Amino acid sequence: MAVVMDADRISRALTRIAHEIVERNRGVDGLALVGVRSRGVPLARRLATALKTITGDDVPTGALDITLYRDDLMRHQVGPQPLVRKTEIPFSIDDATIVLVDDVLYTGRTTRAALDALIDFGRPKVIQLVVLVDRGHRELPVKADYVGKNIPTSRQESVQVRLLELDGTDEVVLDRPEG
Amino acid sequence: MDPTVAPAAPLTGLRHKDLLGIAGLTPEEVVLILDTAEAMKEVGQRAIKKVPTLRGKTIVNLFFEASTRTRTSFEIAEKRLSADTLNVAIATSSVTKGETLVDTAMNIEAMAPSMIVLRHASSGACHLLARICRAGIVNAGDGLHEHPTQALLDAFTIRERKGRIAGLKVAIVGDLLHSRVLRSNVRLLTKLGADVWVCGPRTLIPVGIEALGVRATTRVDEAVEGADVVMMLRIQLERMQGAFFPSLREYFTTFGMTEARVARAKDDVIIMHPGPINRGVEIASEVADGPFSVILDQVANGVAVRMAVLYLLAGGAEHETAA
Amino acid sequence: MKRLLKGGRVVDPVNGLDGQFDVLIDGDRIARVGADLPASLAEGGEVVSLPAGLVVCPGLIDMHVHLREPGQEHKETVATGVRSAVAGGFTAVACMPNTNPVNDTAGVTRLILQKAAEANLARVYPIGAVSRGQKGEELADIAELRAAGCVAVTDDGHPIATALLARRALEYTSMFGMPVIEHCEDPTLKGDGCAHEGPRASELGLRGIPGVAEAITASRDILLAEMTGGHVHIAHMSAWTTLEAVRQGKSRGVKVTCEVAPHHFTLTDELLAAPIPFDTNAKMNPPLREARDRDAMLDGIRDGSVDVIATDHAPHHYDEKHVEFDRAPFGIVGLETAVPIAIDRLVHAGVVSLSRMVELMSVNPARILNVPGGSLAEGQPADITILAPDLEVTIDRARLQSKSKNTPYDGWTFRGGVAATIVGGRAVFVNSAAGLAMEAEGA
Repeated sequence: MAVVMDADRISRALTRIAHEIVERNRGVDGLALVGVRSRGVPLARRLATALKTITGDDVPTGALDITLYRDDLMRHQVGPQPLVRKTEIPFSIDDATIVLVDDVLYTGRTTRAALDALIDFGRPKVIQLVVLVDRGHRELPVKADYVGKNIPTSRQESVQVRLLELDGTDEVVLDRPEG
Repeated sequence: MDPTVAPAAPLTGLRHKDLLGIAGLTPEEVVLILDTAEAMKEVGQRAIKKVPTLRGKTIVNLFFEASTRTRTSFEIAEKRLSADTLNVAIATSSVTKGETLVDTAMNIEAMAPSMIVLRHASSGACHLLARICRAGIVNAGDGLHEHPTQALLDAFTIRERKGRIAGLKVAIVGDLLHSRVLRSNVRLLTKLGADVWVCGPRTLIPVGIEALGVRATTRVDEAVEGADVVMMLRIQLERMQGAFFPSLREYFTTFGMTEARVARAKDDVIIMHPGPINRGVEIASEVADGPFSVILDQVANGVAVRMAVLYLLAGGAEHETAA
Repeated sequence: MKRLLKGGRVVDPVNGLDGQFDVLIDGDRIARVGADLPASLAEGGEVVSLPAGLVVCPGLIDMHVHLREPGQEHKETVATGVRSAVAGGFTAVACMPNTNPVNDTAGVTRLILQKAAEANLARVYPIGAVSRGQKGEELADIAELRAAGCVAVTDDGHPIATALLARRALEYTSMFGMPVIEHCEDPTLKGDGCAHEGPRASELGLRGIPGVAEAITASRDILLAEMTGGHVHIAHMSAWTTLEAVRQGKSRGVKVTCEVAPHHFTLTDELLAAPIPFDTNAKMNPPLREARDRDAMLDGIRDGSVDVIATDHAPHHYDEKHVEFDRAPFGIVGLETAVPIAIDRLVHAGVVSLSRMVELMSVNPARILNVPGGSLAEGQPADITILAPDLEVTIDRARLQSKSKNTPYDGWTFRGGVAATIVGGRAVFVNSAAGLAMEAEGA
């Protein structure tokens, strides 16, 4: 097990991404953040705080649960059935610039589900994707617009993002299977 | 991952392919269904009230008893989850002439549905089908036995209004004898720690109902006194020919829920009714339409609860059956 | 042909025997019972040495079975019914008249007897209807039925419809010393009930039949028997209140006898819920009642209030039982499970002695129906049941000889079984598991 990002690295990555968002969208006008449950939600909130520091503006932030959009519902025998949680997007996404926030980009299937879910809420002008970690091995044509850190991995490895809000600590660890 | 060595994780699924009754559920499973229903309720508040979760799944609503309310609620729930739904309504009279329930079910089963939602006049009909069908069986009311999704939506509504179920005084008043809603609600509410009172004319109180952990009384004032929840049960006019009580008028004066009786309950009491209502028989219109009534909330919540049940069962293990 | 049964424990309560005796059969009669009979007595015949532990007793008689013929041959026929009977250790059965047509005429009685003669296994004693068509309106031709071979009358399946008709039946049959067998049930209290009225049925949402529905009719008939001097036999008693009524009647000297079915002294309405919820093989009439009733039946058997154990063998086709609980017919098969249950749950459990069990299953039915049997006295028909009280028996519905397999005891294991059944000197059934060196002789 190796810590590939500590609290400081995570914080700096999010600050950098916040600047990139402002730069690329020329401010935060018409912009909203949507975190993908579970760990995308605190990340989105942190980005909102960073954006407020940079621009002085409040950026609306929502939470998206993608469980009902997953393509592996009936194949969960390998693990527990995902718990459905509430989606909370208390603003209209029509014609908005939606910045979707997730912790890890891997096969792209979660992002695919998130895009489907999001589009059921309206018709955004544009959707951009933030991930804290891109670990490669894409199975769908998905590319992140903002990446905290690219971490080359093998499929046997697992990447775990731990956040203060949910896990009591800020770190990204890379687990290698034993043997 | 070997589930036998996994650390104790929070419950996220049902172990069963069927929902035959509340009797087969643990308290944790009930809470899981209610929690999941909260997320499902949000789906129903969206502009596009549909998620792709059960795409490609076929659900057959097999109804041997007329039921607009429950059938519609299930159908909406199924459609919101993108399942392909098929309604099969069979008049009981034609069944007595022709095919048996088992044969009907086996024919439907041959078309490989994922689930069968069954409403039937015989207690235990769902258990019978669960034993012979690979498809998951969801009990939408079997005889006088259980109506689990009604009890779940009632519990959901109570929890939504009261924030809890444990410790609440719930009075259930009406035709207890012929009510599957009663039996499911009693099981569920006692499982979650409510103080449940049941009340009706002595002729309509099932023998030994106290064995289910409730207090039975024939004095409606005693049942309603200090209640957090008053749940009225329908007087099934068509079943009353057995002279269980002298007249509807006398029933209303003795057991009907009037504003005066409601006044004995807590100030924030909620009044529930599984519907359809007989105004002026078991409940006064002023109460049914009054500020304490959550009757229409129950209907709205029915869809969310049934979505939760269908979702959780769809992910359940194929061949385990809950009693 | 002669046959000497050597080395068994003979239990013959009528003749006061319970010990090591040999039984000599000559042709279709019992020739001698005695200690250490010489093998030479069976010269030209067969000497059967019984393995240790086997019990020789008068042939068991089941006075309450439904053979379904004529009319419902898909459930059972006389031929399959008697095959089931001998496999269960019964040398004779009395069959109920609720066939189609009802056994309310001599012609039907003769048909049943003819079928029984063709089958040539257990003896069959038809029971006639009390009322024509069992409709509860007018008396059937009871004297003619008796002349044709009926040994009792009943409207079983239903109670005798009115007190007046029950009175007339008791008066009329008293002329011949024939019992009226009563299926006790107040039809208004039964209603469309399908399970015992109690907490279990309430919980499962099954419409109830209160125990009192049985006791009310039993009480009526006991009073009428007292008034008329007739003999009423209470069939398949199930409720503690009925037992009380019988006890009171007996204490007043009323000619009342009663029977209990094995399921009513072993099972309760708990079987409705588990192991198979709403199992239609837990549905019979009278229904499985509560522990209090079940225990009362055991008390009645223990203290002698109960006269007879009868099975109420009620075969139903699989298709008829494979339906919703409330739509399924009442009844279970019982001929092939009665002996294992009785030995295990009554004798081994210490409720009654083996000798008393023989009274309940052989002596008393013979006495009540006025038929031969129930005794190993010299000159009696050689109807003998050989029991294997320590044989472990696991009920396997697939191996039942009855045409129907509707038993709730499938998979149950009991200690006690049947080693052989001898009817009229002929070994019509031999259980290969009991280690008996005897060949079964086909019909």
